[in-house]
Amino acid sequence: MIINGVTIDATFAEAFPMKGTRAIITAQNEKWAMIAAQAMTGFATSVIACGCEAGIERVLTPDETPDGRPGVAIMIFAMGGKGLAKQLETRAGQCVLTSPTSALFAGIDGGIRIPLGKNLRYFGDGFQTSKVISGKRYWRIPVMDGEFLAEATTGQVDAIGGGNFLVLAQSQPQALAACEAAIEEMKKIPNVIMPFPGGVVRSGSKVGSKYKSLGASTNDAFCPTLKGSTKKTDLSPDIESVMEIVIDGLSKEDIDKAMRVGIQAVCDLGSENGIMRISAGNYGGKLGPFHFHLQEIMA
Amino acid sequence: MSALTFTLKTRPDQRVDMSPLVCHALEKLDPTEIAAIKLHCGKRKVRVDELFTISGFDSTHILIKNSFSKLDYIGKDLDGGIIHVEGDAGAYCGMGMKKGIINVLGNAGIYAGCEMKKGLLEISGNAGDFLGGALAGNKMGMKGGLILVKGNAGDRVGDHLRRGTILIEGGTGDYCGSRMIAGTIAVMGNTGKFLGHNMRRGTLLLWNMPKLSASFNDCGSHTLAFLPMLFDSFKELNSPFAESENAFNRVQRFAGDMAEIGRGEVLVKI
Repeated sequence: MIINGVTIDATFAEAFPMKGTRAIITAQNEKWAMIAAQAMTGFATSVIACGCEAGIERVLTPDETPDGRPGVAIMIFAMGGKGLAKQLETRAGQCVLTSPTSALFAGIDGGIRIPLGKNLRYFGDGFQTSKVISGKRYWRIPVMDGEFLAEATTGQVDAIGGGNFLVLAQSQPQALAACEAAIEEMKKIPNVIMPFPGGVVRSGSKVGSKYKSLGASTNDAFCPTLKGSTKKTDLSPDIESVMEIVIDGLSKEDIDKAMRVGIQAVCDLGSENGIMRISAGNYGGKLGPFHFHLQEIMA
Repeated sequence: MSALTFTLKTRPDQRVDMSPLVCHALEKLDPTEIAAIKLHCGKRKVRVDELFTISGFDSTHILIKNSFSKLDYIGKDLDGGIIHVEGDAGAYCGMGMKKGIINVLGNAGIYAGCEMKKGLLEISGNAGDFLGGALAGNKMGMKGGLILVKGNAGDRVGDHLRRGTILIEGGTGDYCGSRMIAGTIAVMGNTGKFLGHNMRRGTLLLWNMPKLSASFNDCGSHTLAFLPMLFDSFKELNSPFAESENAFNRVQRFAGDMAEIGRGEVLVKI
């Protein structure tokens, strides 16, 4: 399959089941809601070493938030429910509770309930109070700038992590420009995040390493400087840079949609802008049960 | 379907226990069985059709016409459905209700909504003492749901209130929020003496500055984030509480009752 001169490889992205949740952070203005959201989703690019994958889903207008203030929706994904709950609570406690004027609300009403402000309340040292409003419990925790308002729980649902595609370009600036264009479009899709810095990862990994202590190592098949060094290179001589976009989402359909708009944005730049191929990371179908076939998505 | 309607024929001299006439208890009964239900009236037991003319058959919507202040226990332990009271309701209206709506067009007597668990009790007139409170000797009043009083309420509103919300468009008598354990009482009018007497936790939300006991401490003026959400939850009500111009988030906060554990609060609009 070729779109605008860009070859879409006959391959698939391999994704795996995760647990996901969403939280809504509000503040006096969008600037401070974003600061809290960025702090809460920091150091959360990959479950390999961060414990979770997190990102900003989108900015919310005041009429979309529970307390009528500007807000940001963030999503967190982890391999299991316990790990997710721990990450959510730790991050909420250190990054949102501490952030001036912030408040924290559930972003998913259904699913299994996991603590949001339920345990953070103990920071109130006995001065905390709860209010049940429209059937939902909120904790009011006295803090130095006033009160930190946090909903007691949020919903944990089954999710999918590791959807991805690779952008293969003639140069590094061209690969990055294409990824930026893709992220711009993918950010408009609900229920997904792209957890890596700016949504783009330049150090895609393969499973395993020659070093026993490492579970993952550089994806040498797509490293342009190794074209002559590794036997399994997947790059033609004209490709000088590869970047990857990883997607976590609440459902296969959400990730499908995000991949489609992302790949389309890359293809819109086309071969005239140095974009040669779109490929994907997979492990022969052995790692995860969710397969995102690129040509099917773009059909 | 037309509402199951009980029209009072004549006002009995003695008080009537209306507790058998609730939606969930009547749903499987035919009109003759409903007519044969015995109600306590003073020391006598009288058939429903002796006191009321019965019409309609939709037991999920009960209408009590010509109601007056001696019809007690209307909607007691109501577990779903709607009871519409045209006239006054006696004592214990909505006591222990679990679900549903009770709408009283007139006044309600003492202990309205006492120990109710969920649902909506709306009183268009005034309410008596111990609104949403605990029965004498009991330690827990209303545990959930919402009571809306469009007129005034008597003494001891929300006595031992455990959870839930009481909204009063008018004023209250003395000891409003006494011995509150938690929950919210909002009063648009004036409140009497000994407000929040021995309250442990919970919120008394007031439009007018009350006369507070010495055991309430001023915590200063604040903008509280939960208040807009609280007001937002009232927007479906037929009440000034639903109107956005009556909502506020700037309050003077008083903590008390310090004679108790002092985790309660009186929030006064500023």
